[in-house]
Amino acid sequence: MGLKDKLHKLKLKYKGKKMAPAFNAIHTFLYLPNETTHSGSHVRAADDLKRTMNTVIMSLVPCLIFGMFNAGYQHHLALGEIDAVSSGFLSPEFWSFDNLTVGLWKILPLVVISYGVGLAVEFVFAVIKGHEVEEGYLVTGMLVPLIVPVDTPLWMLAVAVVFGVVIGKEVFGGTGMNILNPALTIRAFLFFAYPTWMSGDKVWVHGAVERAGTPDAISGETILGGLAQGKEIIAETASRGSEVAYSVADAFYGFVPGSVGETSALLILLGGLFLIFSKIGSWRIMVSAVLGALAMGLIFNGIVDAGWIDNGSKFYGLMSTEFWHHLIIGGFAFGVVFMATDPVTASQTNKGKWIYGFLIGFISILIRVFNPAYPEGVMLAILLMNVFAPTIDHYVVQGNVKKRMKRLKLKTA
Amino acid sequence: MSKDIRIRKGLDIKLVGEAEKTTVEATRSNVFAIKPDDFHGIIPKVIAKQGTEVKAGEPLFHSKSNEKMLFPSPVSGEIVEIVRGAKRKILAFKILADKEQQYVDFGAKDVNAMSGEEIKAHLLSSGCWPFVKQRPYDVIANPDVAPKAIFISGYATAPLSTDKDYVLAGKENELQAAVTALSKLTEGQVHISVGKNSNSPLTGLNNSTLHKVSGPHPAGNASVQIAKIDPINKGEVVWVVSPQDLVVIGELFLTGKFNAERTIALAGASVKNARYYKTKIGAEVSSVVYHSGVHDEANIRVISGDVLTGENVRPDGHLGYYHDSITVIPEGDDYEFFGWNKPIFNKISPSRALTFSWLFPNKKYNLNTNTNGEHRAFVVTGSYENVFPLDIYPLQLLKACMVNDLDAMEQLGMYEVAPEDFALTEFVCVSKQPHQQIIREGLDLMLKEIG
Repeated sequence: MGLKDKLHKLKLKYKGKKMAPAFNAIHTFLYLPNETTHSGSHVRAADDLKRTMNTVIMSLVPCLIFGMFNAGYQHHLALGEIDAVSSGFLSPEFWSFDNLTVGLWKILPLVVISYGVGLAVEFVFAVIKGHEVEEGYLVTGMLVPLIVPVDTPLWMLAVAVVFGVVIGKEVFGGTGMNILNPALTIRAFLFFAYPTWMSGDKVWVHGAVERAGTPDAISGETILGGLAQGKEIIAETASRGSEVAYSVADAFYGFVPGSVGETSALLILLGGLFLIFSKIGSWRIMVSAVLGALAMGLIFNGIVDAGWIDNGSKFYGLMSTEFWHHLIIGGFAFGVVFMATDPVTASQTNKGKWIYGFLIGFISILIRVFNPAYPEGVMLAILLMNVFAPTIDHYVVQGNVKKRMKRLKLKTA
Repeated sequence: MSKDIRIRKGLDIKLVGEAEKTTVEATRSNVFAIKPDDFHGIIPKVIAKQGTEVKAGEPLFHSKSNEKMLFPSPVSGEIVEIVRGAKRKILAFKILADKEQQYVDFGAKDVNAMSGEEIKAHLLSSGCWPFVKQRPYDVIANPDVAPKAIFISGYATAPLSTDKDYVLAGKENELQAAVTALSKLTEGQVHISVGKNSNSPLTGLNNSTLHKVSGPHPAGNASVQIAKIDPINKGEVVWVVSPQDLVVIGELFLTGKFNAERTIALAGASVKNARYYKTKIGAEVSSVVYHSGVHDEANIRVISGDVLTGENVRPDGHLGYYHDSITVIPEGDDYEFFGWNKPIFNKISPSRALTFSWLFPNKKYNLNTNTNGEHRAFVVTGSYENVFPLDIYPLQLLKACMVNDLDAMEQLGMYEVAPEDFALTEFVCVSKQPHQQIIREGLDLMLKEIG
């Protein structure tokens, strides 16, 4: 008797029992269930929610692996143990075993805590409420470690995950019912509950926090943080030791400090292209968000060019940043590709997606520039637009309703 | 006047087991069954009690709400059983067919000389009225309300469905008589649609407007054609008749007989000899299925109708009243190891999430009845719109139905749809929601509350 039959017998045994959802979650992880169609269409397409979520996870894996190397690279670089990358994306300074070890040591626990705590909450809710364990957390659990600083304490992450899953999702009824993106809810909770661990120049490089105030202190400022302080931190070519610490290529490839998985615009771009190709992610949202960000960037560049503000202004640094640089610095690319496209919290109509995405891009850069205390605008922009997505849909759908009413009027007139 | 209709959104589901274009006589079916459930929303009142002898065309029951609406026996014979279910609900009338069929003589008529009222009365009394269905609500037409137009779709796009051009060949006279009769029941026009390159006998009919349709499924669905030709507004009614039913109606006028004969396609991957059969409404499906033979008899689903909208009738079931095909496909009652994440080559998928049906657009698939996943809340958006050509927001309409929001249903276009229009959205649904059932229940609620 094979595993398949054994599990089938167990499934029958658990049927109707309290623990059935928990067992089924494990069972359906191993085997596509033997469920057949009962009403309506007798055949169904191959895709289910697990496959959809799995596709998103696959597109995130390159970012995770890169994040591990980058954690070590930033650490060793700040300590002065290695040289900065010298030969493009495949630089040996970056892809070294030493770097990976630091990354594995620091980031795997984040992943384990994120999945462990989050899925535990999901299982508990499924058992209490008697519904199946839903797949939504598979993606959230992967996103969370990628959008926090590398040294985030594990207990903090655990608390945030519990908050995010319960308040962000389960109170609304679970996957598919939530209003705010759960992963961003978790990050926003961390951000407002423990701000010292989520911003500043000490949290982005492994080891910086514990060394703060000691003679060995290291720091690693994100490009956004630097720009917000008016430093010219990014340029065509970087020069070590000067203020210009990073080149545009560094930012594009991702050899910069930042949240674990958000730094490599290149890999995010590849992940985004994979999501678009597999028809899982909405290209409308991604494209329109990029357009929105470019539009806002151009407006700010225009203000600077028109001479409306001078370089004494505290907004000058970010406003004068070349408009397209906004796409590759900070978490903008990651947010747009992986978080804004969450189908549950985004606009649900195709027209609505254009508006929703554009506003996310537009507002992200707006927040970035005008709120130097929180230079990462994309998180707040997405959360804000999550709230407005149903409103956007409402007006899009009303357009269709009006068309129908007009047809009726023409007919009766 | 001809108008071309071209549909872009949709999906042709290509399955193995298409019926070969040869027609054979089915084994004679002993028992025929008429299931009142086939006539959605009709509550039957028995006319012919158990044990009585009926002729073909003699009424078995009438509608509780309209006793003029008669439902006839397809054959002559003895009513051997009236099958009842819970609360004594009538599930089926079973008629043991005579060897020599006898028909009620309704008298041959000259349709050109008849008035609309006479035609309507004749259709009702002969039991041909149930063939006329109406939109909104997708139920048997209310004879007291005149439709603004009548639609006949001669273009079948559903997977493995009957080729209408083939089964209608040679029926020009019957079709013409029926179309002429129907044209007197409406102020508007009788719209007939056929495939773009069709040589259907429907093309040359008088008293009608011809439309040429092209595009993927659901281009052949009446709702899609109605939306393109003359969309339904609130308060308007259109009628829909399927072409093989027209033949029965036409024959009634020409010969005075109610002849329930139709040519059906026997198709599907589990069938050994997929081809066309001549049989009658209500016949035992086994008379067709076992005449052809099936693969892996223990593991089949026998569907009266096509795979998207048909009814699971089991091998001992009967051909449905409105169906013109029988499809037999393998059941999918089995587990698949890591079926949710491994690359899939043998199933159809609208996405490319490690599913590779996009690489082989012309490959024919052998799909079974597995749902390929569990029921979930709606998560993915935008996938339904790609297979849904109507100017309606499918997800929003489904949600309105689920929360019984009558206002929203009305505003979002509920009057324009039938459950069959949601077969494709149901097929591609990642959350495996029962779309057709949701829409059916929504329509029922509207019919009850708004009427």
